[in-house]
Amino acid sequence: MYEFEIERPSSVADAVKALGQEDAQPLSGGQTLIPTLKARLAMPSVLVSLTGIKELQGVEMRDGALWIGGGTTHATVMHDAAESYPALAKLAARIGDPAVRNRGTIGGSLANNDPSACYPAAALASGATIETDRREIAADDYFQGMFTTALEEGEIVTGVRFPIPQAAHYEKFIQPASRFPLVAAYVAQFSDGVRVAITGASNEGVFRWTEAEAALSERFDADALDGLTLDGGNMIGDLHGSGAYRAHLCGVMTRRAVQAIA
Amino acid sequence: MTQVKMTVNGIPASGEVEGRTLLVHFLRDDLELTGTHVGCDTSQCGACVVHVNGNAVKACTMFAIEADGAEVDTIEGQAAPDGKLNTIQQAFQDHHGLQCGFCTPGMVMSAAALLKDNPKPSEAEVRHYLDGNICRCTGYHNIVKAIMAASGQEVSALAAE
Repeated sequence: MYEFEIERPSSVADAVKALGQEDAQPLSGGQTLIPTLKARLAMPSVLVSLTGIKELQGVEMRDGALWIGGGTTHATVMHDAAESYPALAKLAARIGDPAVRNRGTIGGSLANNDPSACYPAAALASGATIETDRREIAADDYFQGMFTTALEEGEIVTGVRFPIPQAAHYEKFIQPASRFPLVAAYVAQFSDGVRVAITGASNEGVFRWTEAEAALSERFDADALDGLTLDGGNMIGDLHGSGAYRAHLCGVMTRRAVQAIA
Repeated sequence: MTQVKMTVNGIPASGEVEGRTLLVHFLRDDLELTGTHVGCDTSQCGACVVHVNGNAVKACTMFAIEADGAEVDTIEGQAAPDGKLNTIQQAFQDHHGLQCGFCTPGMVMSAAALLKDNPKPSEAEVRHYLDGNICRCTGYHNIVKAIMAASGQEVSALAAE
């Protein structure tokens, strides 16, 4: 790792101020950032640790939606969202491994927007709202491509508000070495329609499969997906699977998610 | 350099660290607690698992500064002061849960975290919980057996996979 200083502010306001320094970068659970620093793929002068900020912690119902603080670990979501939003709690329970879940945070995952991360699929399919230190961003506007979000320089994810669907399920095909999804589908059924988000597949990062949404909103049955396919041309192709294989998995994972609900 | 203070295995510890000093290096190099191993240095293998405020974490993927003020438990704190192994360690010995032993500190610390939350795990739960701990001797069967035994469950029927 290159050399850097670490600051540990205790409020969001102090963190935003610290992030105003040149080459400053926020550090949440660090489960992606620290390996990145070890590989010398990032060279911050200052890391602003968000883990000591109490206002970024918590899982609670607010006005009918589930609010999760940006600094909340996967392990905490796994326990504290189990009753209010079981599908989300189950997703959190299968991110990485237990030690990673005790450090990694939802805000860090959403800010990084890894094309194979789990939380972006949940946020997009649930129609969540991303809260930052300066504004609120609808999930539909937030995810802007692989490792790209609507966040500005130094902007911190302070929380996420999840509307709670009538039913939801996250189905992932695990890449066994990394434990990231090779492809995963999050299906959320609301009274006014179904939302489907796919992670791990596209070169554009997480995306909504609108054709599947339309078909499932019409008739919530795995058979409603018959004949629907995605183009493998813009899918990630690597040694673990070709674009065509991932496109196929999108259908399989979506179908299994629907079957798990129906 | 920054001064950090933490309680390690119940004993106050302090030292000067750089921002980039990892918790595992502070434990090994400054406190000379070399039982916590660095296997992969890329958060994959789990040989460096310790407990920070009661939670299992990978000490190679956390900065020492972030453990300032924390209660840290390592493999050195598991046995009694007179050297008597704790239940999990004794089960590893009884059931041959280690071959070369390199992954053992992380395995024991992960097992301790599992049994704290889930005192009677099923075999499948043990295997799932050990997702982040790699044994390159591939001695998983006896590791799982040892953890099942440490939880007070019958292990004679566990078939090798």
